[in-house]
Amino acid sequence: MLIRFENVTKRFGSFIAVDDVSLDIEAGEFFSLLGPSGCGKTTLLRMLAGLETPTEGRILIDGVDMVGVPPNRRPVNMVFQSYAVFPHMNVAQNVAYGLKIDRVPKAEREARVADALALVKLSEFAHRRPDQLSGGQRQRVALARALVKRPKVLLLDEPLSALDAKLRDAMRGELAQIQRDVGVTFVMVTHDQDEALAMASRCALMNRGTLQQVATPGDLYEYPANRFVADFIGTINLFEGTLSVDAPDHAAVTTPALDAPIHVDHGVTGATDAKVWVGVRPEKIAMTPASGPRPTGPAAMPQANVTHGTIMTSAYLGAVTFYDVATAGGTMIKVSAPNGTRSASPALPAGTAVWLHWAPDAPIVLLG
Amino acid sequence: MASARGISGGSRSAFWAVFLTPALWMMLFFVVPLSVIWAYSFGRTLGLTEVVVTGTLANYVRVFDPVYLMIFAKSLVFAGVTTAICLIIGFPYALVMTFASARAKILLLLAIMLPFWTNLLVRTYALMAVMRTEGWINDGFGLVGLGPFEMLHTNFAVITGLVYVHLPFIVLPLFSTLDRLDRSLIEASLDLGAGHLRTIFQVVIPIVWPGILSAVLLCFIPALGSYLTPDLLGGPDSQMIASVIERQFKRANDWPFGAALSFMLMYLTLAAMAWRALAERRAAGKEAH
Amino acid sequence: MALFGKKRESGPLDYAGRWSLRLWVAGVMLFLYLPLASLILFSFNDSRRTIRWEGFTFDWYGKLANDDALISAFTNSLTIAAISTLFSVVLGAMSAIALWRFRFPGKGLFDGMITLPIVVPEICMGVAMLVFFGTIMPWPRDLVWPLDLGAIAIAHITFSFPFVTVVVRARLASFNREMEEAARDLGAGELRALWDVLLPHVRPALISGALLAFTLSLDDFVITFFTAGPNTVTFPVKIYSMVRFSVTPEVNAASTVLMAITVAMTLLGMKLQGADIARSEAP
Repeated sequence: MLIRFENVTKRFGSFIAVDDVSLDIEAGEFFSLLGPSGCGKTTLLRMLAGLETPTEGRILIDGVDMVGVPPNRRPVNMVFQSYAVFPHMNVAQNVAYGLKIDRVPKAEREARVADALALVKLSEFAHRRPDQLSGGQRQRVALARALVKRPKVLLLDEPLSALDAKLRDAMRGELAQIQRDVGVTFVMVTHDQDEALAMASRCALMNRGTLQQVATPGDLYEYPANRFVADFIGTINLFEGTLSVDAPDHAAVTTPALDAPIHVDHGVTGATDAKVWVGVRPEKIAMTPASGPRPTGPAAMPQANVTHGTIMTSAYLGAVTFYDVATAGGTMIKVSAPNGTRSASPALPAGTAVWLHWAPDAPIVLLG
Repeated sequence: MASARGISGGSRSAFWAVFLTPALWMMLFFVVPLSVIWAYSFGRTLGLTEVVVTGTLANYVRVFDPVYLMIFAKSLVFAGVTTAICLIIGFPYALVMTFASARAKILLLLAIMLPFWTNLLVRTYALMAVMRTEGWINDGFGLVGLGPFEMLHTNFAVITGLVYVHLPFIVLPLFSTLDRLDRSLIEASLDLGAGHLRTIFQVVIPIVWPGILSAVLLCFIPALGSYLTPDLLGGPDSQMIASVIERQFKRANDWPFGAALSFMLMYLTLAAMAWRALAERRAAGKEAH
Repeated sequence: MALFGKKRESGPLDYAGRWSLRLWVAGVMLFLYLPLASLILFSFNDSRRTIRWEGFTFDWYGKLANDDALISAFTNSLTIAAISTLFSVVLGAMSAIALWRFRFPGKGLFDGMITLPIVVPEICMGVAMLVFFGTIMPWPRDLVWPLDLGAIAIAHITFSFPFVTVVVRARLASFNREMEEAARDLGAGELRALWDVLLPHVRPALISGALLAFTLSLDDFVITFFTAGPNTVTFPVKIYSMVRFSVTPEVNAASTVLMAITVAMTLLGMKLQGADIARSEAP
């Protein structure tokens, strides 16, 4: 692997920013550090850059221990959140700065600067001053300036947070494309899960200084390791319950929140009668009118995975509509329904009685 | 006051209520006295304190007498050297202050502010006491078999005194510009491979340059017009402009010539201010693009 | 690279933690405080020759307390500072509001006129006051105390209130006009709204402006030197006349008293201001 964090801890006074983190990142990955603000992700990135020193533990890049190596001697470069484009240099001078320090000969330097500017589509802006550039252009300068040094790792600190929504969407695709083109390992910090899911090949989700799960975006969403991950990524209905059946190929959970049990098509390695949490994503719940027949549950347990409810509110978002459905017992369930056909009244009105049901592969059983 | 029509931002009576008193005060006690001095600079003495304004330029011609030109030159050199030394001493101090913890920052600020608030006369006197021949600096030299050195009443003493007095003038504005500097610019430079010294000279200093110029002027202007420091610490050959002006008004009783000297000093000050304003406007103009 | 090359535990921007820079700061501190510390120390020295430490004494302070000329100079200074502070705060606040709130013809001129006293060399202002109170508006010499201090007080107000203007104006710039509009919306009249909302906002600036004016007045030597008559001597002018002759423990003691007042005022001001800002900016 390219990067290895070994039991890294960082304390600021009595505050523990990063708590005993061990993590490997492979060469060529687009790796994302994700988490709420203050979770330690930026500190982890800054320790990789050498801008913070770990209190305990080691950080290795390509097998070399980086503790004590100052930021200017590390094979990593960073795109700062504020971009940190030097205001007293023009675009080309900004990009050439790092090469000048490395005493790259003039001809080669100019060629590499030109290539880097072409890569980020700023060739015509080489002689502009930073104050004549838009936010998106300044970000490209920062990107070119870091990439031109051909680092082993490119670090990105909230790269899209300062851009407006439209530009952000465009840059997402572009950053991922640039990463594929140059083949450099990217490590990106973000608090925006959409950004991480859309761009990263793997994500590490952090909370309060600890790693919660390291997985691909798909696994993070569909197979969260714990309740924090399930709740942080996307929207989810969480029910607390007791594991009543735990067979090798199926399991069932009874929960006071619903009158029917929840049936899943895989075993759970927890003791029977253990307290567990069950999560069901809104888009995996089907909604049918209450006037129709009661949907049947899984063959093994026909009464499970079905409940009756009343629509309380709806939020129409164009592509989908979100509903809050209340059961007779007062539990609120979030359901989303795609708007597959055009309709003058795409959302069902509040007060509509409905059946909710889901397949046995939809629920996620969480032990912690 | 027919132009009162153009008042906007609130009721007219409210405007006059807040505007009239300070404006009249300034006219009577600032503009009038300075105008009188300005008029006197084109005049001639009649009696002990009687001056007729004749429109003569003789006083200004006299300013260009080599004796006085030398004093102007010496004042400029003293102020310049003082500013340079203050900048060299003050920049690292301001840098430490900028990157210190919140608590240390307040202590360092207080440490530089307290002498600034302390009476100028007291500070100058304190320096006199340590630098005189019987002072303990010479005592210290005496212990290792050196000296005593005549430090007081020399140009060295004047420069030391000016630096001592004007150090806060440069540290405070330097700190406020450095504090506004986006730290990630420094981090970016380190990240791109530059060492600390290189970062300071190629990134920090060029970016905060307008702030440094401003700080330099805030130190240079008061240093140029110093009266007390050269008067108490200097010798006969370390006179600055202010001492000469004082002599014209208090002892020589040549008010018109003193007035002309005062206005030369004013013009130098205002030129420095104008240069600073121009530099600031140019810097602001660059940013506005 | 010896200056910056040290391998460190803390982050690279921790300039305050580098021993070389700490040494530098320590040097600056010594330079700034050693003379002042020795001045204070020797004001308690039981010897007229002030080089050697001969034992602790309050004698010099006792001498000060019995020196009528010095006491009257001290009283004069405090009186002038109090008058000057009062007028400076009022005039400074008025001009700051005029410049902040209104647009009017000649605003640039007014602004320049207010700012100029801050940059005009003290000596020029001093001689201007000398001539003004000597010939244009002679201040009667034989007035009863404290009216005889009028000329000096006027001079002090003139150079102090522009500083108050700057401080108050800076604070006004951060005033959210919607606060005032909200007060009006909730039924307050124009004056009531200003009193209830604007005044609390600028109070820290008024406090620091007042302290600035007080200290400027108490500290001023040059301008006072040109405005003072033989019967209207202030503390700094008195000390100056003593200093010119020699370094004596009495002067040390007098200087220490003046320094103690300034330090106390500064600390008090920082405390008041800090508390006030904390209160006004608390959610």
